[in-house]
Amino acid sequence: MASEAELRLRERLGKLRATRLLGRTGLSGELERLQRQLDLLAAEPTDEEIWRSVELARHQDRPYTLDYVGRLLDDFFELHGDRTRADDAAIVAGLGRLDGRTIVLVGQQKGRDIKERTRRNFGMAFPEGYRKAMRAMELAERQGFPLVSLVDTPGAYPGVAAEQHGQGGSIARSQATMARLTVPTVACVIGEGGSGGAIALALSDRVLMQEHAIYSVITPEGCAAILWRDASEAKKAAAAFKPDAAHCLELGVIDGIVPEPAGGAHLDHEEAARLLGASLREALEDLDGIPGEELRRTRRAKFRSLGVFA
Amino acid sequence: MASRIDVSVEHKHLPPPEGGKRNPNTCPSCASHYRDDELDASLWVCRHCGHHFPMRARARIAQLADEGSFVEQAADLRSEDPLDFFDLRPYTERLAEAELATGLGEAMVIGEATLDGHGCELAVMDFAFMGGSMGSVVGEKFSRACDSAAERRVPLIAVAASGGARMQEGILALMQMPKTVCAAEDLRDARVPLVTVLGHPTTGGLLASFASLGDVLLAEPGALMSFAGPRVVQQTTREKLPDDFGLAESNLRYGHVDAIVPRPELRSTLARLLRLFDRGE
Repeated sequence: MASEAELRLRERLGKLRATRLLGRTGLSGELERLQRQLDLLAAEPTDEEIWRSVELARHQDRPYTLDYVGRLLDDFFELHGDRTRADDAAIVAGLGRLDGRTIVLVGQQKGRDIKERTRRNFGMAFPEGYRKAMRAMELAERQGFPLVSLVDTPGAYPGVAAEQHGQGGSIARSQATMARLTVPTVACVIGEGGSGGAIALALSDRVLMQEHAIYSVITPEGCAAILWRDASEAKKAAAAFKPDAAHCLELGVIDGIVPEPAGGAHLDHEEAARLLGASLREALEDLDGIPGEELRRTRRAKFRSLGVFA
Repeated sequence: MASRIDVSVEHKHLPPPEGGKRNPNTCPSCASHYRDDELDASLWVCRHCGHHFPMRARARIAQLADEGSFVEQAADLRSEDPLDFFDLRPYTERLAEAELATGLGEAMVIGEATLDGHGCELAVMDFAFMGGSMGSVVGEKFSRACDSAAERRVPLIAVAASGGARMQEGILALMQMPKTVCAAEDLRDARVPLVTVLGHPTTGGLLASFASLGDVLLAEPGALMSFAGPRVVQQTTREKLPDDFGLAESNLRYGHVDAIVPRPELRSTLARLLRLFDRGE
């Protein structure tokens, strides 16, 4: 399937090949990365491969936000609380240095053991979590720091208190806050990009996905329960709505795929962090020097162009 | 031995007949039954108990727009099937069936109109079209309604009635949330007001995008407005749900909506707001 994304990639690849002859440094990595993305696109994932990504995206040893923060950022200072009601541990926000410059980081955080999982609520945020994220985004805007979001959530928490505290409205306002920023913003889905809870942190200039991350409108189980009336048909549902990175790239929903160590990010956290770091840096460099107004205009135009209709 | 006389027909908690399908013209709250023309005349509100029946997009436009003022826009937009989605039936078949059943091309109708003489843009959803679900066309229509309102410098009135994102469009359906949010932000930058009216239901991706971003949020009585539906919350958390879980009345109490407006007063309420927002430009 020669999609638009494929054509775009081929074009960039062609340009890069040409410039390499001029002996510019630092391009061979980029070339390799693009070639790999093209390969991913050309070989459309099978239903089995899609399901494997679903499993890897949820793997209990997969690196979570703080695993990357510890490896990629120097001097991370975590911010706590939404200044209204509570501190939601399902979302992490803070300041840190990436390559010697300060950035603001927001991201969902899952837990590895039972105690931590409960404390982090399995990465499912309450409105308080999104309000904390918005506070960090506004700080980035005031200080002119780039915003990096790492997305990893099955979805926003579906609970009585979450609704009473305005779950829907806070997800909407978190997106609106991101739509207003004039600083460079990069998001990467590092595990599960579950529905509204994910998009709340991902209205960014550049949206990336790790190779085995998933990004979807509903969980496979949820979709199966509604459309097949049977949650055990999750595999079929995933094959139907295609939450894998290659399909997201093809549909223009993401801008690039971040490679993972062979076999998946859970096998080598160091290497996964190195690869993620390289992609984040590249995306941020790409955005460097673009005036804020233009960033905002282009970002909004990009999201307003998404959709397929006749 | 004579069997006992069956008096259940007089009971308001009459279980739905076999197949689980309740007659759509029977009030689910008091079991009063109406003809279509009676409901039409009462704006699809139960005269007996005030229950608000679902109201079709065309009927809402007829209620809100001054007679003959509505000019529809983007009526020819149709959904494509980017994923070749097939659950129990193909998505394209569901779309065709929805169009036949509703006479609408999609779950949202947009256009310019006047309301009580005030110029405005209307974006009205219809729950009868695939549960009012938001796919690419709904997102695009809302986006265009924002542009049309901004260009003519008239307020946008959006009436929501939707279960959320349209699963059959996968990730692109999710992307309609940021798309409508960005459109609403552009409208806000143009200093043009957005008034959202939340009908029953306004849930999931709708509540978590443009529906919550109105400068003024109105809700209809009894409308369910929650991010997660009661069934999902019940199953996930095993919490006991309050009787008014997610309802407009509870949302008013918690500060998520400005007013609950019964349908017969909706037009006059919107006229008041349009008057208040009119800066005489």
